[in-house]
Amino acid sequence: MADHPFPLSKDELLAAYRRMRTIREFEERLHIDFGRGDIPGFVHLYAGEEAAAVGIMLHLHDGDRIASTHRGHGHCIAKGVDVTAMMKEIYGKKGGSCEGKGGSMHIADLSKGMMGANGILGAGAPLACGAALAAKYRAKKGQPSDVAISFVGDGASNQGTFLESLNLAAVWDLPAIFVVENNGYAESTSRDYGTAVDSYVDRAAGFGLPGVTVDGTDFFAVYEAAGEVIRRAREGGGPSLLECKMVRFHGHFEGDAQTYRAKGELEDIRANRDCLSTFKAAITGAKVVTDAELQAIDHEVLGLIERAVTAAKAAPLPTAADLTTDVYVRY
Amino acid sequence: MARKISMKLAINEAIDQEMSRDPTVIMMGEDIVGGAGGEGEKDAWGGVLGVTKGLYAKHGDRLLDTPLSESAYIGAAIGAAACGMRPIAELMFIDFMGVCFDQIFNQAAKFRYMFGGKAETPVVIRAMVGAGFRAAAQHSQMLTPLFTHIPGLKVVCPSTPYDTKGLLIQSIRDNDPVIFCEHKNLYGFEGDVPEKSYTVPFGEASVVRDGKDVSIVAYGLMVHRALEAAALLAKEGIEAEVIDLRTLSPLDIDTVLESVEKTGRLVCVDEASPRCNIATDISAQVAMQAFGALKAQIEMVTPPHVPVPFSPALEDLYIPGGPQIADAARRTMKKGKT
Ligand SMILES: Cc1ncc(C[n+]2csc(CCOP(=O)(O)OP(=O)(O)O)c2C)c(N)n1
Ligand SMILES: [Mg+2]
Repeated sequence: MADHPFPLSKDELLAAYRRMRTIREFEERLHIDFGRGDIPGFVHLYAGEEAAAVGIMLHLHDGDRIASTHRGHGHCIAKGVDVTAMMKEIYGKKGGSCEGKGGSMHIADLSKGMMGANGILGAGAPLACGAALAAKYRAKKGQPSDVAISFVGDGASNQGTFLESLNLAAVWDLPAIFVVENNGYAESTSRDYGTAVDSYVDRAAGFGLPGVTVDGTDFFAVYEAAGEVIRRAREGGGPSLLECKMVRFHGHFEGDAQTYRAKGELEDIRANRDCLSTFKAAITGAKVVTDAELQAIDHEVLGLIERAVTAAKAAPLPTAADLTTDVYVRY
Repeated sequence: MARKISMKLAINEAIDQEMSRDPTVIMMGEDIVGGAGGEGEKDAWGGVLGVTKGLYAKHGDRLLDTPLSESAYIGAAIGAAACGMRPIAELMFIDFMGVCFDQIFNQAAKFRYMFGGKAETPVVIRAMVGAGFRAAAQHSQMLTPLFTHIPGLKVVCPSTPYDTKGLLIQSIRDNDPVIFCEHKNLYGFEGDVPEKSYTVPFGEASVVRDGKDVSIVAYGLMVHRALEAAALLAKEGIEAEVIDLRTLSPLDIDTVLESVEKTGRLVCVDEASPRCNIATDISAQVAMQAFGALKAQIEMVTPPHVPVPFSPALEDLYIPGGPQIADAARRTMKKGKT
């Protein structure tokens, strides 16, 4: 392996950085453009949480499925969904990932194994069980299987659908991983108010699943833990739960005044718990990559997002003919 | 001078007054207070669009923020209602009823009948309905017909701040389970609302515009679109009568029948999907009970049979508009007997 302390090669580290930077830039740009009134509807930003999506998704290929949440942009980008198609979707344009019919909360790209962002909390978990079941049937005897990952927020982890899915996955021994993205809040309500048990590892144990908690702002911690639970699932070892403790940099949705946060909290998490800064410091500190190499990526990503926005603004709107298509395969 | 307030404030005021009047009234829902368990502002949200903001300061722990567990807390509201409380449970978006529907339609709706008339379940489930908010397929539905289909549930969907306050107070005092549908695009709509407490009875439609030529029946946001249509038609010398159903269950079919007896022409408007909805129900009842009075076939105006699209370009085409309703009225004017 490489002559450095990381479990990824230099190229892989740069690729991970590019993914995380792309998510960050995408979300920060949406924040600005939403503020300008360019973007309709509800937009939930993933900024601050990038290390979780990327640390997990680097272990996956297109045949592995993920079921996402309302805060889905990061999952999409990490899973390889085209950024321009996503931007068009968020602008409600033709040529968007869902032809403008879904919007931010419903971006999907089945060809990439991205089964959709979701407007219904907890709804992804049973779907991921189904994806895992299909993967199990599909797998060749003695070969590793595809896996399915359900993302769920700390708040949505209290939905019956999620809890039932933990049990179902354990009962059927599915190649499923339940990722709890614990950013401390469900809308304005703190995690500790809405969830009686402190430890998701305990909760998983109660359902007969192995569980692990990691600092979700630490890319390497996520990468290693995810690698293990995903490997186990692929090899027939059954489902697991992975909790990522993380922070969100913006409001619950765009337009949220965030008065429920402690004084100075936002400044503090941006200064001290920024997963991108931590990652950058680690890889440049170990002299594996240089600042200049990262700046070059920053520059390219900026251009990518700029082009995506320009393309989204220029893309045509759907028309009356599009309104009634796609309801059924055949009717 | 009459006081004008928004529908949003009318809801807040109705809950406030009923909580002050009756100690058994409690309220629960996700972020209806906001900031629970955190270090920042309490009452940080007052609901996702701020409808219940300020009630916590007055009524404290009688407003309960809930975990994100609709089956559990909507069910708990129903259970508490069956045990002497008068809970108001907020479901946020009506689309989320899929998560907790069993508690509503197999439990709350059926207690009274199944238990031989001995149970009372005075619960109110408030939820936002309707399109036009760019909120896409899972946050924009009407779904009203799903509830009217179920015996044991009452279903309310007001169009004005005045009716909203009076109907919500009636809902809270009512001893049956009520699904209270608030159109999110009417929250900012202002109208005259008395400060004092009052009720608007269930099962009484209101004739919001008199006319002799054609009857237009609507509810919720569509009442406003129907009034727009009536204004367009008036310029052409067609006088439309506009009926606001206000409550969908019980349904005041008598007011509709009386109007059709007078005009002989009917346009039913519904923002819900076109199959088996409120408009088809009204049409069937009028066809059965006032067939002889009809001078032309009944017209219906609804969205197409598709999920609510996200793109504003499509959503604006999806929601029935005044011109479309006016067209339907013109069609019925041209057809049939004179
Ligand atoms: C069934 C359902 N209930 C409520 C909501 C409204 N809602 C959307 S996001 C959200 C909070 C989610 O919190 P969490 O699961 O922690 O995810 P986060 O937003 O923090 O990423 C709520 C209550 C919903 N979309 N679906
Ligand atoms: Mg959360």
